[in-house]
Amino acid sequence: MISAEDWTAIALTLRLAAISTLVLLLLASPLAWWLARSRSAWRAPIAALTSLPLVLPPTVLGFYLLVTLGPDGPLGRVTLLLGLGTLPFSFVGLVVGSVVYSLPFAVQPLLHAFQNMGKRPLELAATLRASPWDAFFSVALPLAWPGFLSAAVLSFAHTIGEFGMVLMMGGNIPGQTRVLSTQIYGHVETMAYNQAHILAAGMLVFSFAVLLGLNLLQKRDLRMGT
Amino acid sequence: MHFVLRKWICWLGLWLSLATQSVWSAQVQVAVAANFSSTMQAIAQAFEQESGHQTRIITGATGKFYAQIKNGAPFDILLAADSQTPLLLEQEGWAVPGSRFTYAIGHLVLWSKQPGLVDAQGEVLRSTSFKRLAIADPRLAPYGAAAMQVLERMGLLAQVKDRLVQGETVGQAYQFLASGNAELGFVASSQVLADANPVTGSSWLIPESLHSPLRQDAVLLKSGQANPAATALMLFLQSPRARALIRANGYSH
Repeated sequence: MISAEDWTAIALTLRLAAISTLVLLLLASPLAWWLARSRSAWRAPIAALTSLPLVLPPTVLGFYLLVTLGPDGPLGRVTLLLGLGTLPFSFVGLVVGSVVYSLPFAVQPLLHAFQNMGKRPLELAATLRASPWDAFFSVALPLAWPGFLSAAVLSFAHTIGEFGMVLMMGGNIPGQTRVLSTQIYGHVETMAYNQAHILAAGMLVFSFAVLLGLNLLQKRDLRMGT
Repeated sequence: MHFVLRKWICWLGLWLSLATQSVWSAQVQVAVAANFSSTMQAIAQAFEQESGHQTRIITGATGKFYAQIKNGAPFDILLAADSQTPLLLEQEGWAVPGSRFTYAIGHLVLWSKQPGLVDAQGEVLRSTSFKRLAIADPRLAPYGAAAMQVLERMGLLAQVKDRLVQGETVGQAYQFLASGNAELGFVASSQVLADANPVTGSSWLIPESLHSPLRQDAVLLKSGQANPAATALMLFLQSPRARALIRANGYSH
């Protein structure tokens, strides 16, 4: 049925998605907050940059990551100087790739949540003499929590579904970069259709369950909120 | 009224002349193994010149083509990277029996972008002077499987196992090398050699005794059976002109 190699790929994929989601939430929260409130001239270009992974094919991302993170690339030189080695073909490299790849899926829900909240709650907090940090953590965060939930779920699910980027810069190393999607691809190409079916169907059911859960939660939240 | 009618007749004549022309010059869709794609471009150009037919080349991994052909992909010819896949397609009734032939025999090369890194005996493989060794996925690509045989016969598999990175095809293995992400790798001689010398960098042409031959077979698929351009191309691939191009690109036959 499911081979040891398949289990390794499943575990690796879950680990990759979990770590990437964590990094994404830490990165996307301040970014979305800034995008929601800034009036700077930089706002539009940065918003566009953040959305780029939505429209670029993953092969473009994978190709540029491979070239820029490689030993001859600008970022590769930096990581070599720092003694980190080069990132392609490593788990850390995939985390970096996933964060780039799933960034819009974390930023967009948070941005909407922050925008929908409006300025009023924070102004009220300010009149009650809450510091900006205090207002953010005790007012904005609780109000925007459905946004955080959506961002986390979508980042997680989207990272699990990534393929082209991993194929371009992963190098297919078991336990390091051979994730579920590339494992399924390998099964299909070697005509191991049974194994491919088991993993593919599992992924289908998982993705459906995640999206269904998210929809039910959002619906409940809407009813409670208004 | 007459004017409109005349205009219509003009259009009809134009359309008819285009339609009849397309009977003379048919189009052939060829699925080509990644390692042979640049050679095939050159062959297709010569073929189009000589026959007036159009060729459309689809590049990819042989295993993927197998799955696609079994699911109705509109390819007329498969130029595989191995001899098993065409045989299998014939046995399963997807290819025209008796149409198979070996169009090229590939050669494996240990290559590096850095001049002087690879020596004439491949001793560099025993050293620690490289961090990554790129190969094509041995489950998917014959060149990858051959590379594994070489490592096994040299008794080096255990030693380099942790440094292996796999590309989907030998084309991707080359890309890992060209971008500098791997220092050393096994690729097809057609990718890096011109007249037995490396175009850039350093290389070792692997002796045939270290791996089973990389026989690449062509087969006419059922969907191309009635296509005159497809049968013409199958013949052209065995012509002296095509064979000269195949040799010039680092294959034998």
